[in-house]
Amino acid sequence: MNWAGLYTVLSGVNRHSTAIGRIWLSVIFIFRIMVLVVAAESVWGDEKSAFTCNTQQPGCNSVCYDHFFPISHIRLWALQLILVTTPALLVAMHVAYQQHQEKKLLVLTGHGDPKHMEEVKKHKMRISGSLWWTYVCSVVFRLLFEAVFMYIFYMLYPGYQMVRLGKCEGLPRPHTDRVHRVVRACARRGQHNSNPSSGKGSFYGHKLSSEYKQNEINQLLTEQDGSLKDMLRRNPGLQEKGDRCSAC
Amino acid sequence: MDWGALHTILGGVNKHSTSIGKIWLTVLFIFRIMILVVAAERVWGDEQDDFICNTLQPGCKKVCYDHFFPISHIRLWALQLIFVSTPALLVAMHVAYRRHEKKRQFRKGDQKCEYKDIEEIRKQRFHIEGSLWWTYTSSIFFRLVFEAVFMYAFYFMYDGFRMPRLMKCNAWPCPNTVDCFVSRPTEKTVFTIFMIAVSSICILLNVAELCYLLTKFFLRRSKKAGNPKHHPNHENKEETKQNEMNELISDSCQNTVIGFSS
Repeated sequence: MNWAGLYTVLSGVNRHSTAIGRIWLSVIFIFRIMVLVVAAESVWGDEKSAFTCNTQQPGCNSVCYDHFFPISHIRLWALQLILVTTPALLVAMHVAYQQHQEKKLLVLTGHGDPKHMEEVKKHKMRISGSLWWTYVCSVVFRLLFEAVFMYIFYMLYPGYQMVRLGKCEGLPRPHTDRVHRVVRACARRGQHNSNPSSGKGSFYGHKLSSEYKQNEINQLLTEQDGSLKDMLRRNPGLQEKGDRCSAC
Repeated sequence: MDWGALHTILGGVNKHSTSIGKIWLTVLFIFRIMILVVAAERVWGDEQDDFICNTLQPGCKKVCYDHFFPISHIRLWALQLIFVSTPALLVAMHVAYRRHEKKRQFRKGDQKCEYKDIEEIRKQRFHIEGSLWWTYTSSIFFRLVFEAVFMYAFYFMYDGFRMPRLMKCNAWPCPNTVDCFVSRPTEKTVFTIFMIAVSSICILLNVAELCYLLTKFFLRRSKKAGNPKHHPNHENKEETKQNEMNELISDSCQNTVIGFSS
């Protein structure tokens, strides 16, 4: 069951829609679902693997990625498209119910032959009476879902903008001071890098060495009994720089 | 054999379901299977590769991953969906058995058989009564049981439905308590809550369907018990038929295109 399956399900609904409803369905499938599948998925495909933090601290990358992208654009769009297209199924169910009633009537009046049954299936229902109300409700729900998702997008990604650089700072402290220690380790990176613009080349070369990595890990592991206050007392400059995972 | 094949198999069962059953099947395929295939599988795709532990100790990361995720969410959901959708096959088998019996009667030239040809038998929709009612009700009961069992298994294994960012692991061969970081925890929490919510909706639909079937059963029983007392003659049947026709005409008069003669 994928986008093609959804297309099969919804194309049946198309017959009982208005002209604008059919245009809307075509726009959904061609300009949204198709663009999502053929283009957007490749753009967001490497969103996590190519999200790079200026640190060697294990876990900093994961935590910062989760902080900036609580839910990815692609997944939000997929949810939005599914929720926006499914109210049309209300109309499909109502039409199926009406066709069932018509078939029952045909059988009771003695017109229950296969030819008449086929005619019931093929003829187009007029959007009037209770079907009108169902159709209007489905359109209202579609509008509601669209508005809710646009608002969620705006809340999560202010201005609908994707920034080139994100500063991972002031992360919340969930349950334990281990995460905070990670953040402090990120801050230590910033502290060591006193002149980032000139020393970038050697800075990265130095960072990549495994010896340096092991030293960092050993440092973290030996600070089991440390507390934030002790760290701040020992390094008063730390508070000024703030907890940053990346220096710019 | 993939989700598409399951859709083909279960689509045939749809014909013999109640309206609530058809809604349930639609919710299952669109809000659970489709979400799983299109979105959730990508979110959990890198769950092991991007599960990072703050250690260089070989084997520590694998052991910690296995400790925290004995069965991945994605696999549990796939199992749940398969188990929950297969009781409908009981109904499909019962219907196939009934059709087989009718075809046998037809071929024998049984006078009781009211069908004109084999195609009619194949296309006929069976009403949910008699032994088929018991099969259908059992299938709904099993669906409910499987849904509840898997929801409990989820809750038990993952201690709530939230995915933490950080997990502390001290399983052997990790040298000490090691910090392990989960990939995309917020996104995973969102999808877990979504899937649990839709499972709950499916449970409610199944309960509603069960109540509907039980109500229908008891009403039919009381009708049968009540009928011998009244006059079960031809005139009464004609009246009921006419009443039904009048009801149907008044419901569908705005949309009917075909003209009828009485």
